Amino acid sequence: MARTLTYQQAINEALDQEMARDDKVILIGEDVAGGQGTDGEEDAWGGVMGVTKGLYAKYGDRVMDTPISESAFIGAAIGAAASGLRPVVELMFNDFLGVCFDQIFNQAAKFRYMFGGKAETPVVIRTMIGSGFRGAAQHSQSLYSIFTHIPGLKCVVPSTPYDAKGLLISAIRDNDPVIFCEHKGLYQLEGEVPEESYTIPFGEAEIVREGNDVTIITLSEMVHESLKAAEQLAAEGVECEVIDLRTTSPLDDETVLDSVEQTGRVVVVDEANPRCSVATDISALIARQAFGALKAPIEMVTAPHTPVPFSDNLEDLYKPNAEKILSTVLKVLEYQKWSTTVSTS
Amino acid sequence: MVHHRIDKLTMPQWGFSMTHGRVGEWLAAEGSEITSGDHVLEIETEKAVGVVESPVSGTLRRHVALPGQEIPVGGLLAVVADSSVPDDEIDRFVEDSAVTTVTEQVETSDNTPQYIEVGDQTLRYLRLGNGESPVVLLHGFTGNLNNWLFNHAALAEDRMVYALDLPGHGLSSKNVGDGSIDTFADVLCDWIDALGLPRVHLVGHSFGGGIVLDMAFRHPRRLLSCTLISSTGLGSDIDAEYLEGVVGSDRRKQLKPYLERLFASPDQVTRQLVDDLLKFKRVDGVCDALTTIVGQLTVDGQQTVVFRDRLDQIAMPVLVVWGDRDRIVPREHAAGLPEGWQVKVLDDCGHMVQMEAAGAVNSLIAGFLHKCDQSGLR
Repeated sequence: MARTLTYQQAINEALDQEMARDDKVILIGEDVAGGQGTDGEEDAWGGVMGVTKGLYAKYGDRVMDTPISESAFIGAAIGAAASGLRPVVELMFNDFLGVCFDQIFNQAAKFRYMFGGKAETPVVIRTMIGSGFRGAAQHSQSLYSIFTHIPGLKCVVPSTPYDAKGLLISAIRDNDPVIFCEHKGLYQLEGEVPEESYTIPFGEAEIVREGNDVTIITLSEMVHESLKAAEQLAAEGVECEVIDLRTTSPLDDETVLDSVEQTGRVVVVDEANPRCSVATDISALIARQAFGALKAPIEMVTAPHTPVPFSDNLEDLYKPNAEKILSTVLKVLEYQKWSTTVSTS
Repeated sequence: MVHHRIDKLTMPQWGFSMTHGRVGEWLAAEGSEITSGDHVLEIETEKAVGVVESPVSGTLRRHVALPGQEIPVGGLLAVVADSSVPDDEIDRFVEDSAVTTVTEQVETSDNTPQYIEVGDQTLRYLRLGNGESPVVLLHGFTGNLNNWLFNHAALAEDRMVYALDLPGHGLSSKNVGDGSIDTFADVLCDWIDALGLPRVHLVGHSFGGGIVLDMAFRHPRRLLSCTLISSTGLGSDIDAEYLEGVVGSDRRKQLKPYLERLFASPDQVTRQLVDDLLKFKRVDGVCDALTTIVGQLTVDGQQTVVFRDRLDQIAMPVLVVWGDRDRIVPREHAAGLPEGWQVKVLDDCGHMVQMEAAGAVNSLIAGFLHKCDQSGLR
């Protein structure tokens, strides 16, 4: 039966149901069990945002608090996965990725390849992404493009409670390392979520809004900003198709290209920095494979190539929003392909 | 002052969750003469695309709703009146109706589905209406109680009508045992007992029709009548490719062409319909359940359970309804049936005839049930 859950509750329910289903599933991370400094189970906080709350009381030792040493516990989780468990490990903020590059990029991502397909690493690394929280430069980045870049990793970026639950269950049952990127700004977002366990396959983008004029390709929190812009544009008679990528690796290039073939106009919306990013990757895909369909240059709405600012005003300016998306869509629509030629002939 | 008769066409409520509908294409022009049952307007809801049929005959004087508009349930769509009614009277009627629409909207039904434990199963069902000799609606393979969206409320106007999510389907448990028709019939009996229902009229669509036939042979004393819509069990032909395709397809693009085989017009397959089925198939246990059912239902592309050679043993009234363009179970199965069975093949309809020609199917079933109750066959 479907009821309304928050994104955070949907993630908690996915963890709970998979732990109940398979005793090989364990949780590892900073404060994922306790965190309040007492020995009472009821007091267990369940991670910095309370996403794993209640699981320690239910599953005891299968929920493990760790020292503040990402390289150690991410490495431990990867080792546990290689030797038969299915750990879900929390790398609190994705900004801390730097200290465990080797564990993730050289170990987890390479085992299957380097051992000739004989090793599997069914680990899920849950991590928070996203700006907008006055968290400053070291707690606000969206680094999914780095994970996407590495062969051997799968990268999941859900935007709704329904998707968060189904994609996390798929991630836990997957036999490869999966980086599961949770946007801090979505934790309280509500949506319908079935009580039953269900999966969503990787590499299937979701067309969250249909339209024939412009294709907006986006992910994570920006899906909602894009939808806001699309609603405002609809009032002016412009129908945008909004595609939520849901996973960046594997990527559903077919859904993207099919939509571009139909609209011929593209805006890619990505909260991350603009160089070597998901936005540039999608733009390159379209430029190479759907060039003939394009009626205007591909546009990107992204953050600038700077760290996430701490100043409130600057952070607000930094982050893409519905307003910026709307004006970019209008720019793409107004583009006249042969205007120069016509005026000079 | 002469009071002219002015009738209104309002937004129907197809299913308990429907609060609004989006106005589609007008199928009857302003000023045209329409008769009761004519298709007047297409309506798109979250669940499906349907057609509003005129409840009255007369001149379609005014299109009040515009294509693309979202109108609440009970909201005014069009005005039907004799051509002698002056235009200003129609104008006043439209104005007055705009005021009353809001109050009517509040009166939408608060009926929601119920859950009941039957053995080791949890079954979901929806009951509408009150009255004697209850009706039970059984959906087909991969369906759920929403397959009766356009029928349930209409049939429940003067009787109690249940729609059930069969095991493995909808929001009922996903355990289907060996997946045989007998097993489904046994669970149905348990469910009837659990609700304490007396003898029932059974209406089954497709695979649900097969269950109705099985009940008619194995548990005849529980039934008042059988209605078989595009039913399995009447011949060995079936589109086995469809069954395999629906079970095997995990992506929207793969699944859609199979679903298009269900309807005479492929436009009926909305994005929502495909999405809903995909979401359902991705629930734990569903694909196993569906695979088990198909394994019992067909062998080498042919139906395994065919009752044709002993249909004359069924002693209760039977109504058979089919679409002439059914691509899943051929319409030929509606031919050569025992004398005394009421058989109707509807034009321009596919396998989902109860959705494609809801009005016609509803009046066929209502008339048939009325006749059954009148003749007191209990």
